[in-house]
This record gives sequence, structure tokens and C-alpha cells, in this order.
Amino acid sequence: MAAEGSSSIDALGQFQLHPALGAIGGSVNFTQSNLMMVVAGLLVLALLWVGMKPRAMVPGRLQAAAEMGYETIMSMCTETIGHEGRKFFPLVFTLFFFILFGNLLGVFPYFFTFTSHIMVTLALSLFVFLLVTVVAIKEHGLHFFSYFVPKGIPVALAPLMVAIEVISYLSRIISLSVRLFANMMAGHVMLEVFGSFIVMLGGIGLLGYFPAALSLGVNTILIGFELLVATLQAYVFAILTCIYLHDAVHLH
Amino acid sequence: MLCLNKAGTRLASTMKLSGRIIPLLGAGLLMSPAAAMAEGMPQLDFKTPLTLSQVVWGAIIFVVLYILLSRNALPLVASVLEERAAKISRDLDEARAAKATADDGLAEADQATAKAKAQAQAAISAALNEAKQAAAVQAEALNARLETQLRDSEAQIAQARASAMSALRQVATETAATVVTRLTGVSPDAGRLDNAIGSALSARGIG
Repeated sequence: MAAEGSSSIDALGQFQLHPALGAIGGSVNFTQSNLMMVVAGLLVLALLWVGMKPRAMVPGRLQAAAEMGYETIMSMCTETIGHEGRKFFPLVFTLFFFILFGNLLGVFPYFFTFTSHIMVTLALSLFVFLLVTVVAIKEHGLHFFSYFVPKGIPVALAPLMVAIEVISYLSRIISLSVRLFANMMAGHVMLEVFGSFIVMLGGIGLLGYFPAALSLGVNTILIGFELLVATLQAYVFAILTCIYLHDAVHLH
Repeated sequence: MLCLNKAGTRLASTMKLSGRIIPLLGAGLLMSPAAAMAEGMPQLDFKTPLTLSQVVWGAIIFVVLYILLSRNALPLVASVLEERAAKISRDLDEARAAKATADDGLAEADQATAKAKAQAQAAISAALNEAKQAAAVQAEALNARLETQLRDSEAQIAQARASAMSALRQVATETAATVVTRLTGVSPDAGRLDNAIGSALSARGIG
């Protein structure tokens, strides 16, 4: 997150990928992004394994957190998708907590935000898209393609409507991935810019102390905002996945 | 792409497919910003293999996480939640049974109370009736005794009166004779005197 020089702001350098885990990681192109994914995954598993260890009738804090996460995602699945939602629950849970912990870890200084990489979010959204399509075809066979023909439209308008429906269906990949990526990247660029302001203005001398302190204040607020965005975007990704799965299972 | 050969799993081979699609799509979707920011944005820097290798590794990590969560961690949570739900419903059933027993006991107690009340009421009214009857008998006996006493007294009074009345005629006759003798010096004729006394007494309603 540090600015390279005091004269220019390198807001994008923080997204640079580096090999992680020394020579072994370097030889298999294992990046610091992947290291954060592993950390995020281990934190999710730790939350459940350590949290549920007491198996208490009246849960403690960590167990309550683990159970709350479980029940929140479970109700999200069953309420959005329907009773078939239980099948997709482990997947939605994994998606939500993988993205949530990835987003939240990124707020720590010197940590890397893997959800700020469009390739990662694109892979996730493409996976969701393919899964939804496969589920829909498996569930409805060729009848699935009636999804693109809205009911009760004039025959003359049908080609246009079908084209629009297909485009809107395909654009889910972009909207899902770009939403997450852009939110995370924008937040971290803002943090970097204001962080650099602190260093640059603080370096000027006495005159710069006040604006530097102001930038510090802005960054403090941004960190709080970033926490909100991190949670919100993970939720949005999960709930949209649920909505797409609902469409796949019920075809409207 | 380098790591794909090394991973060599089925998972990696499926990711190879998406590995080819992703840059295509990514390049297609973001062509315009990519042109402007290709040098600036490390996310779109495809000159380094790390940009795509992180996706492959990410897929592996995601799948491993999914397997661990769905096979192990989530069933663990589910088992605890089910255990709790079962215990709660068991406790609720127990409480319901206890409540039923308590309700039965309460109803029984209510019944017993009502029965005891009715018995007590009956005993009270019986005792009351008995006492009333006894009192009536006593009162009747007393009345009868008083009546006879009254009758006896009345008879005595009547007797005394009659004797007093019969004595009155004699006293009046003697007094009248004495008075006449003293006044006139002549003793009156007994027959006339007796008549006069009789009419005087009958005029006063006596004799």
C-alpha cells in the first residue's frame, strides 16, 4: 500500500501479483493472491471447526457466530431458491464466506485483496453462470430455452425479445464479476490515494500537517466504509447466485 | 498455465477449459478499458503468467474449501443444530406431558373439592333440618303444657269468680238488711229484700 515515491501516487501497484511461498511457490506460479485465498479458506474452516468444537447446547460467542453464519445462509437459500435450496446450500455458503473473508482480509494493511482481481471474480461468476445453466438444463431439458421467450408477446416481437433476453442472461457474468471487482478495487484505490496524501503532505512540513491529518481522517472513514462494502458485496454475490439458481430451478 | 501440468488433476483439467474462456471473455468484455489501462491495471496484465495462474490456484483452493465445508465442517454445524432442536423438542414434549399431568391433578383436586363441598352442604342442611324438627317438637310440647296451665288457671279463676259472685248476693242482702234495720229500726221483709237485691244486681250485670 506504500507509495513508491513522494512525488507520484502509485495507486495500482498494490494489485501487482507476486509469487508467494518462496521458491516452491514461484515455481508453480503460486501468488500472494492465492495465499490470501488459502488464509481466507482456513479462517472459514477455523470458524466452523473451532467454533463448533464445544458442541454446546447454549453456544458461546464463536459458536454462536458459526451457527449464525450457517443459519443465515441456510435461510437465504431456502427463502430465495425454495426447498430445493438445501442442495445448493454448501455451495452458496462457500461462495459467501470465501468472498467475505477475502474482502475483509483485504482491509488489513499489507494484505492482498484477491477479489480486486477481475480474473478471479470473473472465474467465480462464470462458474456460477455455468452451474445455473447446467442446473436449468438438467431440471427442465430443452424446455429451459422457453426461459428466453417471455409469455404473451406478439410473434413479430419475438426475435427481438429473445435476443434481449439472451443478452440479459449472458450479461449476468459481467454484472456479477464487475460489481464485486470494481467495488473492491475502487475502495482500495481510494485508500491508497489518501494514504499517499498523508505521506506526501506530511513530508512538506508544518503547512502540510493539517491536510495530512484530514487525509488520515478520510482514510479512517474509508476503512469503515470498506468493511461495509466488503460484507455487502459478499452478500450481493451470494443472494444473486441464489436468485439465479431460483430462476434455474423454477424458470420464473 | 504452467502449473496446470503440475497439478494434473481432473479439477485442473476442467479449469483448463475455463482458463481458456476467461482470458477470451475478459479481453472481449473489457477491451475498451483494457486498451486505456492495459499498462496501468495489473489485473489485466496478461504478460505475466501470474494473472491466470492465480485463477487456476484459486479454483483449486475453492474446490478444496467446498469439499471440506460440504463434507466435514457444515455437517458438523448441522449435527449440533439438529441435536439442539431434538433436545428442545424433547424437553418441550416432556414439559407438555408434565403440564398434562398437572392439569389432571388439578382437575382431580377440583373435583374432590367440589365433592367435599357438596357433602359438607348436605351435612349442614341435614343437621339444620334435624335441629329445626327438634325445636318444633319442643315448642309444641311447651305450648301444650302452657295451654293446660292456662286452662287450669282459667278454670280456677272462673271458680273463684263464681264463688265470689255467690258470696256477693249474701253479703249484699245482709248489708242491706243491717242498713235498713239501722235506718228504720224495722228488719225488712226477706222476700222483698231478696227481690230488690236480685234486680239491683242484674241491673249491674252481676248475679
